[in-house]
Amino acid sequence: MATHQIKLTVNGTAREAQVESRLLLVHLLREEFRLTGTHIGCDTTHCGACTVLLDGQPVKSCTVLAVQADGRKLMTVEGLEKEGKLHPLQEGFTEKHGLQCGYCTPGMLMTGCALLERNRNPSEQDIREAISGNLCRCTGYVNIVKAVQYAAERMR
Amino acid sequence: MIPSAFDYHAPATIPEAVALLKEYGDTAKVLSGGQSLLPMLKLRLGQAEHLVDIGRIPGLEYVKEEGGMLRIGGCTRESVLEASELVRTRYPILLDTAKVIADPLVRNRATVGGNLAHGDPGNDHPATMLALGAQVVAVGPKGERVIPVDQFFLGLFTTALQPDEILTEIRIPIPPRHSGGAYFKLERKVGDYATAAAAAQVTLSTSGVVEHCGIGLTNAGPTPIKATAAEAHLRGKKPDAATLGEAARIASQAASPSADRRGTVEYKREMARVMAVRALKKAVERAGGN
Repeated sequence: MATHQIKLTVNGTAREAQVESRLLLVHLLREEFRLTGTHIGCDTTHCGACTVLLDGQPVKSCTVLAVQADGRKLMTVEGLEKEGKLHPLQEGFTEKHGLQCGYCTPGMLMTGCALLERNRNPSEQDIREAISGNLCRCTGYVNIVKAVQYAAERMR
Repeated sequence: MIPSAFDYHAPATIPEAVALLKEYGDTAKVLSGGQSLLPMLKLRLGQAEHLVDIGRIPGLEYVKEEGGMLRIGGCTRESVLEASELVRTRYPILLDTAKVIADPLVRNRATVGGNLAHGDPGNDHPATMLALGAQVVAVGPKGERVIPVDQFFLGLFTTALQPDEILTEIRIPIPPRHSGGAYFKLERKVGDYATAAAAAQVTLSTSGVVEHCGIGLTNAGPTPIKATAAEAHLRGKKPDAATLGEAARIASQAASPSADRRGTVEYKREMARVMAVRALKKAVERAGGN
């Protein structure tokens, strides 16, 4: 079966890989690039733990082929911190106790990041809608919403 | 989960894509947004030796009015449809539909063409397109043909598309004045398939009677259902509460859902009625009636 030489940008760095057609994007990130911040949760397009930004848009990386990311820009949770400084969302999740077990957190952060890039003043409803494809079984979402609001305020 | 091995192809043009499909026949599947196909391949509910990715073909993503039709490119992402000013101001039924498909992350990848071409009666666009009287444009080795959407859904996961045809465009006749439409979906949670859902599109005459109407049902049988008897019942009548209620009851009789964890047959048929009433009332309201 065919393999493909792909080139993509991951968190601002140009990367290349030789991938099998069927390789999923989440496996490329975790196993080839060793970016294990992106989690595999349900592996069935439901939970959003594997959310990454593909050309700035949050997508479920368990449901994208690695080869489909050829030529594209990716951002993973590892790309949030800049020069040792946490992203306001990461601070928000810490300050507002936006996580307990932490499994959903990388996906929540990426979805939150995309939301705040297009809307610095989201309503609670906007936040809840944006994260409706990211499941959390610990927090009941209340503190996640607060964490995103905290970050929004910091970024305005 | 890892799908069985396949070869991925990324044609740059529609003719190239059609040539690949012709070459590989029914061992190939068209990959659009992949939000239904990839989960099926991962679960090994489906198999393909070749995936032909039409997502890299330029010019298949647009929403525009032209030649009396609203034209939606086959590879238009649901999120693009949702954000379209044209859709938001002139086609609220399409916004109703797009925003209840799966979840926002899936909608960043999923395409309108894929939602139809997959032939899943649980998908949401089919009922809406049935209500709107849409047409589907298919391109194959012999060129282009236009398929009325009420002849498109042949069976469970089976459409009128040939294995070497690609759905390139959806055409919706621009509704005349005093038209309105709505889509209502009952789902257990975000991302679920409909327990029941209904689409309704109506056009009122100047005297306020229903001149034209279309009603579609989601997840109410092996294919999306066009509730023709209910449509006939409404035509020529004043859309008062009793008439809409009776039309919805007739529409729900066209439903033949299967029992599953979303409910019993009786419950689902009753919910189809409730969704149809709500969709009809909203459609009439949007058409400028009461």
